[in-house]
Amino acid sequence: MQTSKEAPVKMTTDDRNLLGRPDFISVKDFNFFYGKKQALHTINMDIPERQVTALIGPSGCGKSTLLRNFNRMNELIDGVHHEGDIRILGKSIYDKGIEVISLRRSIGMVFQKSNPFPKSIYENVVFALRISGTSKKSELDECVERSLRGAALWNEVKDRLHESALGLSGGQMQRLCIARAIANRPKVLLMDEPCSALDPIATVKVEELIRELKQQFTIVIVTHNMQQATRCSDKTAFFYLGKLIEFADTPKIFSNPSEKQTEDYITGRFG
Amino acid sequence: MSAPEKDIISPAGYRPAPDLFKILCQTASLLTVLMLGWIIYEIIESAWPAIQKFGFDFMTTSAWVPNRERFGVLPFIIGTLASSFLAILFAFPLGVAIAIFLSENFLSPSIRQTMRFVVEMLAAIPSVVYGLWGIFVIIPIVKAFGDWAVGTFGDFPLFSGPAYGNSLLTASVVLAIMILPTITAISRNSLASVPKTLREGAYALGATRWEAIFSVILPTAAPGIVAATILGLGRAMGETMAVAMLIGNSSRLSWSVLSPSGTLAGLLANQFGEAQGLQVNSLMYAALILIGITLVVNLLGEAVLRYTQKQTAGIR
Repeated sequence: MQTSKEAPVKMTTDDRNLLGRPDFISVKDFNFFYGKKQALHTINMDIPERQVTALIGPSGCGKSTLLRNFNRMNELIDGVHHEGDIRILGKSIYDKGIEVISLRRSIGMVFQKSNPFPKSIYENVVFALRISGTSKKSELDECVERSLRGAALWNEVKDRLHESALGLSGGQMQRLCIARAIANRPKVLLMDEPCSALDPIATVKVEELIRELKQQFTIVIVTHNMQQATRCSDKTAFFYLGKLIEFADTPKIFSNPSEKQTEDYITGRFG
Repeated sequence: MSAPEKDIISPAGYRPAPDLFKILCQTASLLTVLMLGWIIYEIIESAWPAIQKFGFDFMTTSAWVPNRERFGVLPFIIGTLASSFLAILFAFPLGVAIAIFLSENFLSPSIRQTMRFVVEMLAAIPSVVYGLWGIFVIIPIVKAFGDWAVGTFGDFPLFSGPAYGNSLLTASVVLAIMILPTITAISRNSLASVPKTLREGAYALGATRWEAIFSVILPTAAPGIVAATILGLGRAMGETMAVAMLIGNSSRLSWSVLSPSGTLAGLLANQFGEAQGLQVNSLMYAALILIGITLVVNLLGEAVLRYTQKQTAGIR
């Protein structure tokens, strides 16, 4: 029995437990509303651990809305409410004992438009550590190198870590944002159309990176680019008008979808 | 036979007439520059006898005795700088705090809109009304505070007694209220224009609202806040009526913020009516110094602004 007096539950960051849990993130009968407008209708899906799950569908179908519910970012908007539940590792993210701050610290997020802070490259990466109270230089240094290597950016910026992040190229900025998102060793990485503002070469780099990162992180990626979904995801969910139409292994969705709507969408007949 | 082909590019459309709009704009901008030059020329010309007579001593001596034709504006220079910087000291934290409050969603938009309007209304109150209000409201308060401060921290030079109502502190408090809308409005605009993606980025990393404001939003809005402060400082330095009514207009130098002081603008306003001969020249010299100080402050501010802009370049 959970009481409100208990300390906030921290997401575990132990690397060994639960190899490949199939319902790492579990969405149960989830409805979501912006004011009176219903954006998501009774979503049920299980997102597997350490795999890449792609959310596809035409604009306004609710895929980004769902993604932003995993770390409760939608709550920054006035007048939203939800029904149903989202569980991570079996624990509801809406539990009284879960603090939204600690939830967001254990889930990394990468946005459509890269959003480095007007600080140095170094300070951008260690932002999450600084706000959680780490100030030991050795720890921060280690984190910067690990995260930048993780985001395949280390070699390009290691000589100018203390220069402004705003001097980087578009693709480098987005990889910096990925480095920043993984700096605090989150378990989940949410990506909201991470390549839509990048040129093809930078896109290839980020996609390679996504395939690398799934060794360590459970990744959910929203994308408009179906080639991208086939190239880097293990499972694909197709959304239409706020409903989850089909959710299956990526090769199956793209070669032999069960639903006609899915087939129409991936063959370009609508959307 | 078909109609003769018309050239796409032909000299027919070209009119070598003067561009009226361009001339109009050039004239207008030239007039502005000429106007400024004219004002400064007039001031220097009328100040010339005083400049010749006193030279730099004018700025480093503190006698102001029209009967004996001895003039020095050091106390007024110090009073101008002290009252303005003291006013900024009060208005900056308050103004930025209000700006944060008005740009973040602490309150419902309708209440924020109303508060914003009220703060900006402060700018519409005439200076002389501030002066009157200061005489009836702020002077008693500062006097009471002054008596207490002299009793408690009397040994500290800034609060040495006796405490007067018409004092540097009174003028600074009223000045702070007067420049508050400038600082608030411009800071609010610059905070509100911090891209939404940056806020989201900070919150997604688990920042609290406090952390997001202080480590991301404020640094990003810094250029606008700096600009707001410079404008506020400029306004405080040139402010005349309210200050002349409240500061006591004394040419005696004192460390205490509770003593009467004087500003250059106040000096000009008080004495110009009855001034004759060398006193007029000296007042013009004082005006020149006031312009100089304002110019230096604005240039310094511009330098700081450029520096902070460079730090956040490329964010928008």
